[in-house]
Amino acid sequence: MAMAQVAVEMPEVEPEETFKMLGRGVNVHYGDKQALFDVSLAIRANQVTSLIGPSGCGKSTFIRCLNRMNDVIEICRVAGDITLDGRDIYSPKIDAVELRARVGMVFQKANPFPKSIFDNVAYGPRIHGLASNKTDLEAIVVQSLSQAGLFEEVKDRLHAPGTSLSGGQQQRLCIARAIAVTPEVILMDEPCSALDPIATARIEELIDELRKDYTIVIVTHSMQQAARVSQYTAFFHLGVLVEEGETEFMFTTPRDQRTQDYITGRFG
Amino acid sequence: MLLYVFAIILTLTVLAYFHGSRRAASLSAFSDTPLHSRPAYHGAYVAIWAGLPSQVLVLLWVSLETAALDALIAGTLPDAETAALSSSERGLIVSEIKSVARGLIFGEPAPFIVDAAARYGEWQRIAAWCLAASAISLVLLGLAVSQRRITALFRARHRVERVLNGTMVLCSLAAIVTTFGIVISLAFEAFKFFQHVPISEFLFGLSWEPQIAIREDQVAGTGAFGAIPVFAGTFLISAIAMIVAVPVGLMSAVYLSEFARPGFRAIVKPLLEILAGVPTVVYGFFAVLVIAPALKSFGGDIGLPIASNSALAAGLVMGIMIIPFISSLSDDALRAVPQAMREGSLGLGATRAETVLQVLLPAALPGIMGGILLAASRAIGETMIVVMAAGLIATLTLDPLQSVTTVTVQIVTLLTGDTEFDSPKTLAAFALGLTLFVMTLCLNVAALRTVQKYREKYD
Amino acid sequence: MAAKRHSRRRHARERYLRIVGLSAVAAALGMLGLLVVSLTFLGHSAFVQTMVDVPINLSEELIDRGEPAKGNYRKIVTEGFLNLLPEIQARGERREAGKILSPGARWIIKAAVVANPNLIGTTHTFTLPLADPFDQLHKGVIPRDVPQDQRRVSDNQIAWFDHIAASGRISSPFNWGLFFNADSRFPELAGLAGAIAGSFYALLVCFVISFPVGIAAAVYLEEFAPRSRWTDLIEVNINNLAAVPSVVFGLLGLALLLNFLGMPRSAPLVGGITLALMTLPTIIITTRASLTAVPPSIREAAYGIGASRHQVVLHHVLPLALPGILTGAIIGLARALGETAPLLLIGMNAFITSASGGITDPATALPTQIFIWADSPERGFLARTSAAILVLLGFLVTMNGLAVYLRRRFEWQW
Repeated sequence: MAMAQVAVEMPEVEPEETFKMLGRGVNVHYGDKQALFDVSLAIRANQVTSLIGPSGCGKSTFIRCLNRMNDVIEICRVAGDITLDGRDIYSPKIDAVELRARVGMVFQKANPFPKSIFDNVAYGPRIHGLASNKTDLEAIVVQSLSQAGLFEEVKDRLHAPGTSLSGGQQQRLCIARAIAVTPEVILMDEPCSALDPIATARIEELIDELRKDYTIVIVTHSMQQAARVSQYTAFFHLGVLVEEGETEFMFTTPRDQRTQDYITGRFG
Repeated sequence: MLLYVFAIILTLTVLAYFHGSRRAASLSAFSDTPLHSRPAYHGAYVAIWAGLPSQVLVLLWVSLETAALDALIAGTLPDAETAALSSSERGLIVSEIKSVARGLIFGEPAPFIVDAAARYGEWQRIAAWCLAASAISLVLLGLAVSQRRITALFRARHRVERVLNGTMVLCSLAAIVTTFGIVISLAFEAFKFFQHVPISEFLFGLSWEPQIAIREDQVAGTGAFGAIPVFAGTFLISAIAMIVAVPVGLMSAVYLSEFARPGFRAIVKPLLEILAGVPTVVYGFFAVLVIAPALKSFGGDIGLPIASNSALAAGLVMGIMIIPFISSLSDDALRAVPQAMREGSLGLGATRAETVLQVLLPAALPGIMGGILLAASRAIGETMIVVMAAGLIATLTLDPLQSVTTVTVQIVTLLTGDTEFDSPKTLAAFALGLTLFVMTLCLNVAALRTVQKYREKYD
Repeated sequence: MAAKRHSRRRHARERYLRIVGLSAVAAALGMLGLLVVSLTFLGHSAFVQTMVDVPINLSEELIDRGEPAKGNYRKIVTEGFLNLLPEIQARGERREAGKILSPGARWIIKAAVVANPNLIGTTHTFTLPLADPFDQLHKGVIPRDVPQDQRRVSDNQIAWFDHIAASGRISSPFNWGLFFNADSRFPELAGLAGAIAGSFYALLVCFVISFPVGIAAAVYLEEFAPRSRWTDLIEVNINNLAAVPSVVFGLLGLALLLNFLGMPRSAPLVGGITLALMTLPTIIITTRASLTAVPPSIREAAYGIGASRHQVVLHHVLPLALPGILTGAIIGLARALGETAPLLLIGMNAFITSASGGITDPATALPTQIFIWADSPERGFLARTSAAILVLLGFLVTMNGLAVYLRRRFEWQW
């Protein structure tokens, strides 16, 4: 009971500065259909926050708001405010493109460009001008591939097409590609849903290591995964943020009946 | 000269690009604020400023120069020589001056023409130098203005992308502009025609004899512009074509999509598509050379007089041309019918033939109808086959063995050869063109709508 | 019993439909076969040209070394040729015999002498084309066994021709002139060089305009434009424009480009612009199809690392769609190459006896050349028209083959 009390109090006592990103009153419409209802959620720096919930609950929609990927979808309207380091990312002064360089994204299905492994990773640094010469660029590519735990496996065939890798390797390539532009936040939208358990385990380890340098938000449909990799968890249901808090507390002592039902497998 | 100006502008633009990107790169090397945009965007920004305005200037200049110079030179001609001339004769003098200025001298041009030619050449030279000077100074001006804007925070990428966007919007308007161009130019000339000939006579008149005298002393018909016989001929030939093409095309599609083995289909389908790729002038030659003589001698054998440029020959060959349209559109329509329908019918114990006739064809009918409408529009607008194989004389008949003429044949014959542009005869071609455009447009819109609706039904 | 009969009737109907379908396919293919066979049958003979070896005395009396272009080549050629038939003396007969050789022979010799003045004063053997009737006679198109007044060659001429042939001077080499000569009044000299050049320039202009404009329009509509009533209108408009009869584009070119803007008549520039307006919808439609075929995951990936919309399109979507776009462009150009009616209206059926030099000079195009030749009464033009058609079809097959190759070789399979 006492522990639950702490969990409830926590967001209030925590100073806002430790939040890397903060969403307040976020509403999202796709055409006439509302996908998110008044969601407020804090993303803490250098922590892994996982978003869980049954399919269609809005978790992917929310994560795509965090780097304005929804801008690409024409019928999508986002209201409310979301800040990155205290600055509103939907303000007209912010360029979505620059934002996405700071808030990178890894997708559900690995989507390497049909180019070589090297070019896949080098693409981001090239368009953002992060390397002034070829040596620098190579250093960035090697560094990112190593950080993504892929370098040892591909170092002899950096010029093979990225699509020739296995599914798990492709996903790590996509992570390396995201890291290469030195983002501050990495968003992962169900990064393991298309992978086998071994590849999944590798990615989960990787996420834990990356936490040192990056803030990570991960959408997952697996509660076990959320429990394994994240420090904070938010539970979405039907477009509403039902509950959020430290992962440990959330899975042991949920405050909401719906969360309780979900984690005990009664629906979803 | 023009080529040099283009080359110089192009070179300067490329140099401007390198200058801009170099400058941006050096900015980033000496300051702490990171560049907002990659140096390449700064380069592109400067290049756009340097190259775009001057290219636009050159294009405008070139398109207006001839008209301006012609007007100027016509204004300087001595009144004594030109006072008595009509506008077209004055035009001839101007073109003679121009060819003399180019060094093409036929016979002994009049001295005033030689004078004017010398002046014309002089002006052309002056104009060319003016163009070069103003274009190049525009480049330099653009370069000077834009390179000063380069700072670390300058959003060059946004500016460049905005210019790209603008260009793309302009390009996507090209199709609209073309349609407008067609409608306006056809309507404008047709309007002039209807000032000579009342619109009711054109639409409902039963006699078409456009070969009227241009000069007083020529012997020709009295001139009649009743287009009904022309329309009738068009419909006759198109109808023959459709009678040939629809059954053959449709049955081929049914066979290929429902009965044929995949290997057979893989060979036959591309072969049928070759028929669609054969240029129409080839079909025209084929009609004149093979089909028409064959029909004529066949008619002779059974005692039927068949004209050598009969509607039947032209229609038959046009039908051959249209077969692949109908077959490929019907094929698409049949394949769009969900597999479940096919299986449902076969599962009830229906034969393939019953499935095709009672389930698939009715289901695919809207799609097939759309294809037939499109094919009909093609048949009406088809030109070369009828120009070569159909007649020139407008006869009001529905007998396929006789020679008839079509809208497109009349357009081509009225407009080829030497004709004065403002005579009713040439203007009539535009009135016919407008009618043709409206007819095909209606058919196309109807066809595209039917097909669209059909697609949505099974998507 | 009744049920059995019923079932048999049903199967008979099935067979019947099958046979009808198969015969429809056969009819269509039969027509294609008839077309190709009759054109080949008529056209193959134009790919060889009957020539005669004639020793020509290029004496200095008839050609001035200082001005080799001014010599009396007509006389030189006739004398050289009649030397092969020394028994003919009568003036009328000499004239009759002279008609065996092509009237264009003198220009061939003139060109050779102007190019190499050292020939003056020597006797040089030239291989010269025969006049059209004798070309046809040699190829067997003009029969020998009909009465003299029903053919275009006289019995005398046949005898002389046979005399020359017996001396082994007649040969039938490959007709390079068909490709390297421009048009001519004389079938034996007429070639496609002018038409090929004209078509080439017109297609060049067409490509330069329609390719970038088409791609830009398609990219804008597919990747940038917000869905609105405007873009719907543009889309409907493009689809309709693709089905507007080609002759209407000719009217547009005539009214707008020639009469309003005062561009030069008969020029490949105008032909190219007209063809470009016609090809534009095809290119836009195929480009859009190739762009939609690029999966959205590629776009998302690029957006996810902070590429701008333009970078996404330029770096990823366009390169992946390029094979499809090129295929569409080639098919569009192939259609433009075969288009005749609009070119007739803007006057690209000029009679040009030397290959045109630029996009603003009067020119003719391959299909219009076919149209002109098809209208010519000379027997030789019949074969030449068919041969020209075979050349045109050859170009079309090559272009379409290239398109298929591109599609097979480079198109990305998702």
